[in-house]
Amino acid sequence: MTSRAMFDEARLVLVCGSGGTGKTTTAAGLGLAAARQGRKVLVITVDPARRLAQALGLGDSVRNDEHEVDDPAVPASGGRLTVTMLDTKAGWDDLVRRHAPDAASAERVLSNGLYANITARFVNSHDYIAMERLHDLDRDDRFDLVVVDTPPSRNALDLLDAPRRMREFFSGRLLRWLTLPYRSRALTLASKPFLQIADRLLGARFLTQIAEFFTLLQAMEPGFVRRAAEVEATLTNPATRCVVVAAPEPASATEAEFLVAELARRGMHAALVVANKVVIAPHVAHGALAGAGAPWDAIATIVESQERIASRHAATIARLATMPVPLVVVPRASVGAGDNAPASGLEAVVAALGAHDVPNASGTGPVSGSGPGG
Amino acid sequence: MPTGASASAADAGGLFGRRLLFVTGKGGTGKTSIAAAIALAASRTGRRVLAVEMDAKGSLPTMLGAARTEYEPVAVAPNLSVMSMDTESSLREYLRIHLRIPFVARLGPLAGVFDFVADAAPGVKEILGVGKVAWEVREQRWDLVVVDSEASGHVVSQIASPRVINRLVPGGPLASQTKWMLDILEDPARTGVVVVSTTEELAVTETTSLVDRLRTETGTALAAVVVNRTDTPVDPAIVELVAGLDEREIDADRRAALAVVRGAIARAEEARTALADLAGIAGSAPVFVIPDLVAPDPDDASIVSSIADVLALPSDSDSESA
Repeated sequence: MTSRAMFDEARLVLVCGSGGTGKTTTAAGLGLAAARQGRKVLVITVDPARRLAQALGLGDSVRNDEHEVDDPAVPASGGRLTVTMLDTKAGWDDLVRRHAPDAASAERVLSNGLYANITARFVNSHDYIAMERLHDLDRDDRFDLVVVDTPPSRNALDLLDAPRRMREFFSGRLLRWLTLPYRSRALTLASKPFLQIADRLLGARFLTQIAEFFTLLQAMEPGFVRRAAEVEATLTNPATRCVVVAAPEPASATEAEFLVAELARRGMHAALVVANKVVIAPHVAHGALAGAGAPWDAIATIVESQERIASRHAATIARLATMPVPLVVVPRASVGAGDNAPASGLEAVVAALGAHDVPNASGTGPVSGSGPGG
Repeated sequence: MPTGASASAADAGGLFGRRLLFVTGKGGTGKTSIAAAIALAASRTGRRVLAVEMDAKGSLPTMLGAARTEYEPVAVAPNLSVMSMDTESSLREYLRIHLRIPFVARLGPLAGVFDFVADAAPGVKEILGVGKVAWEVREQRWDLVVVDSEASGHVVSQIASPRVINRLVPGGPLASQTKWMLDILEDPARTGVVVVSTTEELAVTETTSLVDRLRTETGTALAAVVVNRTDTPVDPAIVELVAGLDEREIDADRRAALAVVRGAIARAEEARTALADLAGIAGSAPVFVIPDLVAPDPDDASIVSSIADVLALPSDSDSESA
């Protein structure tokens, strides 16, 4: 299977991984590679759009609304690359307006004092809105590929579980209890000790405020539940693919293995593992610089230090290659390094994904993408 | 190097002289190693140190040589103890100490309800975490509490939670507790945030926005910026020699070696620019520069000890960041 074939079949790509592995850059690179192949691509980030813009070399020009990327290689292919970021607040407002039984109840929710604070936090609200947005974009025919830069990995699972949790929350006893009139709630035997503690902890007034808010929200239950189930279905759809990004370090590989297993457990499709920022072993024959005198003695020391890092990385890559998911190796970029090194992290990703077949990783040993080691 | 020595040693003293440090930074910058190293280095100066892990992943205790830890602090070295945060235990302790509600033997179904309220009520979970570490400071059982906080975004909600609670539920029993917490959290002599960065572009950007948010959304001071895994400068003599080499006159092995050196020079140059940016972001807070320590395995606990040495000993951080 080639990485290109993967793009052709995919409709949604979720880019997951632990922090610092280069998820944002990988998402941007995936988007750019696909747009250069003629796809109409949207890259969406849950981080402030500024970092995505930075990864795409757009400076500070991108705001949080949709922004079209001006890449010389894209128009020729008939493709298009658009970037945007998730606006949680606007997402909730939309949701409330959509599911409220009437305009007046929508306004009551939107003007509730706790609304902004609660929507910013409760039941991983950010994650749920991200999933909602994804579901919308999945149906948006302006784009034929949507690439999502997700939050770091443990959070990525929260993200994936958000629709289920939202569904459970609405059908759970808790919401029913909270939305009972205050007096009958106090009479419910089972809740007595809790009420006592919660009252003393938070104050009755706060609890009443929360209850009011959720009573309003409860009117929207049927819409929310149906919608959450649809979002769940989108995630397990075969056209939704996950790309797991890992740094070539043991801790990051462990995290990647964990993620791949968790994705499979959820019935989702991990399509690719990207080993990012890999130091490639220098092509210097052993002993070739020995006894050559200055400056080669000093240069040999620098080469040896890179060899040590490269062999450490190779060991981790061999481990990543044993996973039942194709592996792409992206070499570390270095501006001005000359020779074969890619000029930026973005170009490194594009080169590794766009130009090479992705071998089936059921074989042994590290597989190489492109760059000096290819 | 000798020139920056005294300033750096004084900076380390200033850092360890506080009572509460929140260590945070972009994911992948190595904030847990840095938190562990600060705790270790401070304990070696004779201070009684408590290291607190907020996310209960177990990496901080591992790095400090503990098999695993619980909510109750465990001694791992002379003057050094470590604990893992657990909001449910923190809630029980809170109920017992502040509201005089005796130990709730079985939270049982209550735990689920509590989880829900903590999820729904803004700031409750955060304040139970931050309240616990502030309580440890208030009780003065330790000279320094070092918190391995959650990554960038979350740490601001955590530190700002007493303010949020105060605004949302004025007069509630929890709100009445926020005053002493804020006294500790917003006293720059006692409390500070250590932001861990690397010289990578995206890490520098995240550090900038984090420092901005700390200034605007919290009253807690920036204590230091620690730049982890910094590429070491290439000897200027080599840079000069490399520039003068004629590639047509050397063999393939030497050309490949040359490419490696040019890469190292380019990365060191990028690092130099990033360090200057980070020094600007840090303002009057000190910048500690940790070199890229090539260990056989970066997860190796020995790296913590090496970083602790760099933090405590004179380094050239000031000359580099100037």
